[in-house]
Amino acid sequence: MRRNLFDQWEKSIKTSSSKTAVIHNGESVEYDRLYDSVIGTACYLVERYNIEINVPIAVFMSKSINSVTADLAILAAGCPFVNLDVKTPLDRLINSVKTIRPGIIICDTKSSTLIADIDIPKLIIDEVELQNKDVVLLSSRRAHLIDTDPFCIINTSGSTGTPKGVILNHRSFFDFTDWADEVFGFNGQEIIGSLSPLVFDIYVFELCLMMLHQSTMVVLDATLAMFPAKLLQTLQDSKVSYIFWVPSIMVNIANMDLISKIPLPSLELVWFAGEVFPTKQFLYWYDNLPNACFVNMYGPIEITLDCTFHIIKERPDEDEPLPIGIPCENTDILILDDAGNECTAGEEGELCVRGSSLAMGYYNNKEKTDAAFIQNPLNSAYPEYIYKTGDVVVKDQDGIIHFKGRRDSLIKHMGYRIELGEIEHLIIDNLRIVKYCCAVYNYQEKEIVLFYEKETEISAVDFRKELRRVVPVYMIPSKFIRMDELPRNTNGKIDRMLLKEQVNQ
Amino acid sequence: MSDILEMLESLKPECDFTNCENYIEEGYLDSFDIVLLTSMLEDKYGIKIDALDILPENYSNVDAIASLVVKSGGTV
Repeated sequence: MRRNLFDQWEKSIKTSSSKTAVIHNGESVEYDRLYDSVIGTACYLVERYNIEINVPIAVFMSKSINSVTADLAILAAGCPFVNLDVKTPLDRLINSVKTIRPGIIICDTKSSTLIADIDIPKLIIDEVELQNKDVVLLSSRRAHLIDTDPFCIINTSGSTGTPKGVILNHRSFFDFTDWADEVFGFNGQEIIGSLSPLVFDIYVFELCLMMLHQSTMVVLDATLAMFPAKLLQTLQDSKVSYIFWVPSIMVNIANMDLISKIPLPSLELVWFAGEVFPTKQFLYWYDNLPNACFVNMYGPIEITLDCTFHIIKERPDEDEPLPIGIPCENTDILILDDAGNECTAGEEGELCVRGSSLAMGYYNNKEKTDAAFIQNPLNSAYPEYIYKTGDVVVKDQDGIIHFKGRRDSLIKHMGYRIELGEIEHLIIDNLRIVKYCCAVYNYQEKEIVLFYEKETEISAVDFRKELRRVVPVYMIPSKFIRMDELPRNTNGKIDRMLLKEQVNQ
Repeated sequence: MSDILEMLESLKPECDFTNCENYIEEGYLDSFDIVLLTSMLEDKYGIKIDALDILPENYSNVDAIASLVVKSGGTV
């Protein structure tokens, strides 16, 4: 019976020991060595810090062989991992840490200096000497766990300025990977081109592929994404066969016509998710990699990675948006109208999802959990939760689902999920730069635009300087537009729709 | 040279580009900046920068960017 992903790895490790596990910047580690250091690190964690099972442990370092080791060691110790972004400003980091209260933070020598002020024990992974390798101690801890115990916690933007920690359990990942294996036949032959930051769920899925199939992970640094030619060269050199990326970088590569210059004959499977992939640029990939299978994935992190998929079997027209497709196995999509009734084909409604892979909720945040995970309105007989995504979709006559837009001010920008309300909240209440402002998204230019109300102009430099202290770079607006008065609707609220239309004309 | 500095400053006004040896290592420029800067250089100098030349070493500082412009057929 399967209840824990780490146990699954331990069962299969013997057969694949000398296989390469992770490759990063010319360094690599085989599965047997990786397993050894994972067990050593886990024993050190347990013996030195006396951590109970199911207590979250944070990882704060750049993506590397060490970060993979740290995440796996936390799982070996029977705890969920929560990966933190080293580029997050300190204030924001402290906010997440306050909510999640990890028992320990695993960092490296370099990243430890950034969090010296945070009062939580730190394990500096490249400085400890690992001695004890007590496999029995670790497996006896995990014997208490069940499959709905947390596997990881992933932070996502929250409108009040404090990120929400989505709790995903072991069963959710079994559920998702079962579907993936069945449809795409993952078997360990994959060489994964891992570009996703370690705070994304995509990276967590890649870790699952390692544990379940001993796939090889090629860690691609974030700076490679800035220089697509170098990125593709690395894919070619490492014979990467599978990528799961966000469209932003893929659009850049298409616009530069790079695949014709740096062919990728080994690339067989291309998944993308996180935002809309414009069909024109998608076709570039489709035409230049005739032997690859392309899949548009869709889903909020609350359903563990994704809940619908669309395999592109026929060449779409350039002006035809890619559908988000059909539900993944053991996942059900409900399209509901405002009254909570199911929409018929052709009728727009909010995508709601139910399934075994539903998240457990938000860590230490009952209020937000209750608001987002609600009783299925189509079932009044017994408790059953669904998640309301806030995405507006429509199902066509063939049962294929198409994405239409958002109900609220949540956006996907460079793969990150951002509550525009959070940016406004921070500017108004924390930084106190202006009293009223409204952030909207320009979908063509892929940029955040901030309208603010003030008699005098505030320079973009001043805005950026202030914002850099409290938010990651991807949340800083690209344009700042002053208005004497922001447009208001009849209720006196700022007319967000009007401003949104204005920038998207 | 001062034109290039101006472009950089318009992208990231809060960064001090004159006293920095490596914009990439210091994290001054992100992937969007590289795309924008490239098209600004192409417009300004009437050149086409080969996608294969968009490499970290060609964007690390103002001298490197100037050499890239020259290599692409422009005059700085």
